[in-house]
Amino acid sequence: MRDIFTDTTTELLTEDPRTALVLADISAAAFAPAAARHPERVLNVGIREQLMVGVAGGLALTGLRPIVHSYAPFLVERAYEQLKLDLDHQDAAAVLVGVGGSYDRAAAGRTHLSPADVSLIDTLHGWTVHVPGHPAEVPALLRDAVAGDGSAYLRLSVLQNDRPHGGDGSLAVVRDAGPAAPLLVAVGPVLDAALDAVADLPVTVAYTHRPRPFDTAGLRALAGTEVILVEPYLAGTSSRVVSAALVDRPHRLLALGVGRKDLRRYGSPEDHNRWHGLDSAGLRRSVDAFLAGALLSAGR
Amino acid sequence: MPFNLHAIQMTTANAALPPVPGPVAGPLERLRAGREFGANVYSTIDVLWVLYHRVLRITPETVDDPERDRFLLSKGHAVAGYYAVLAAKGFLPAGWLDDQGGPASRLGDHPDRTLVPGVEIGSGSLGHGLGLGVGTALGLRAQGLLTPRVYVLLGDAELDEGSNHEAIAYAGATGLGSLTAVVVDNHSATHGWPGGAAARFTVNGWTAATVDGHDHDALHTALTGQPQDRPHVVVAVVKTEE
Repeated sequence: MRDIFTDTTTELLTEDPRTALVLADISAAAFAPAAARHPERVLNVGIREQLMVGVAGGLALTGLRPIVHSYAPFLVERAYEQLKLDLDHQDAAAVLVGVGGSYDRAAAGRTHLSPADVSLIDTLHGWTVHVPGHPAEVPALLRDAVAGDGSAYLRLSVLQNDRPHGGDGSLAVVRDAGPAAPLLVAVGPVLDAALDAVADLPVTVAYTHRPRPFDTAGLRALAGTEVILVEPYLAGTSSRVVSAALVDRPHRLLALGVGRKDLRRYGSPEDHNRWHGLDSAGLRRSVDAFLAGALLSAGR
Repeated sequence: MPFNLHAIQMTTANAALPPVPGPVAGPLERLRAGREFGANVYSTIDVLWVLYHRVLRITPETVDDPERDRFLLSKGHAVAGYYAVLAAKGFLPAGWLDDQGGPASRLGDHPDRTLVPGVEIGSGSLGHGLGLGVGTALGLRAQGLLTPRVYVLLGDAELDEGSNHEAIAYAGATGLGSLTAVVVDNHSATHGWPGGAAARFTVNGWTAATVDGHDHDALHTALTGQPQDRPHVVVAVVKTEE
C-alpha cells in the first residue's frame, strides 16, 4: 500500500498544482524524485511532527491541498493538538496518510504501534476515514480524498485481503445469509479472516473501507438483531456509531478489534492478530460465544 | 548584523504605562467597559499599532486578497489590544467591542479567524502560530506570491513551547525569507532565556533586532528593510510586569 501511495501522490503532485506534500523524514527517500520536480510543494521538515501538521495548516490557509504523511503514531497521536487546532479550528483541511496500521511494525514495540489512531480522529468533526483492505483500493481513495475539500485520514497497512473490493465506502455485502441473519461488518484488511471465521455459519458479511462517515443507512438496511463489528484498530471504535444508527431497534452488538493493553510483545503483525483475537480462529470463538448468547436469550 | 541593535532602557517597576496610541484609546476603552486590564494588555499595543499603521499591507478591503501581508497573533491572549487596533483600522465595527466575550459576541478572550474579519488564525493554546506562519509562507511561495510577508507575534514565555523551536530551526535552515517573528519580551518565561530571546533565532540563521517595545520608530526600523534570504525576528522588549 505504501508504494502505491507514493506513486499516486507523485502523480497527483504533477497533475494538480494545488497539491502539496508535507513529510517528517518518514518516506522522504521514496519521494525524492517528486521533491526534485516540485521542490516548493514537497516539504520535508525533518523529525518535527508538530511542525509538519502546523505547516499543513498554513499551506491550506493559502489555498493549497496538503497531504501529510508519517507513521500513524507520529502523525495522529504525537501531533493531535495540531490536528485539532492547526487544521480543524482554523477551518483548514488536509489529507493525512498514515502507515503502520495498528501493529505493522510489531517488532519495533509499543512506540510504533497505533491502534488508537481512528479513535482519536473520531474525536474531531467531519473527518472521512479510509481503511483500505488491499493496495489496489488505495489510488481511488487517495484521489477522491485529495479532490475533495474536507479533511481525511487514510490508514495504510501491510495487512491486506487477497483481493480488492471497490465501492464508495457504502457497506457492500460480500456474503448474504438472508433476511434477519446476524450481520458482520468487516472494515478493511480484516475481511478475509472474518469471512473464513464464519464460513459455515448463517452470518451475512458486509465490507467497508470507509468507517467514517459510517454507512448508517446501509447498516439499517442490512442489520437484524445481531451486529458484529470487526475493526483492525481499537475494539469498539465504531460502537457508538452503530448504537446511534440502531437506537430505535432492539439489537445486540459485538465489537471486535485491537485491545487496549500494551502486550509488551514483539513478533509479527500476524502474531498480534492472533493475540488480539483477530485471526480466523479467534474471531470464530468470539462469534460463537456471541451467537450462543443469542440462542439462549431467545429461549431456544 | 545588518541592523541597529537598539539599547534597551529599562524603566522602573512602578513607572506609568506608556500612553496608548491615540486612535486605539477609544476602542480599547469601549472594549474594557470598566473592567481592569492587566499590564500585559498594554505590552503589545504599540507593536500592533506600528504593524497595522506603518508596516502591514492589509486593509479592511483586502482581507481576502492573496497578495496581502499576513499577521498571525500567536499569543492569543493579547487580544484586547488586537481587537482595539482592528477596530481603529476599520476591520470590525466598533459596536462589536461591546460585551466582548458575551454569549452573542464575536470577540472571545482568544481570537477566532472564522468570526473576526482580518484575523488570520484562531489562537490561544500557545505555540501554534509560528508553525502556521511557516506553512503560510511556504504556501505563498509555492504559488508564486512573492510579495506578501508573514508576521507572527509571540511572547517570550510562549517560546517555552517546543513547537516553536521546531519552526525556528526549520525556517532558519531553509532560509524562509518572507517570515518575520515578533517576540514581545516581558521577561515572563519562568526559567528565562539566558543570552536573550533573539539568540534562539540567530543560532538558527535568522537575523534579529532587539528594540524598545514602545518605541514606534525603532519598531518600524526593526520591522522593515530586513534581507529577503532568511527569516527575521524582532524582539520587542517591554517592562517585566507588562
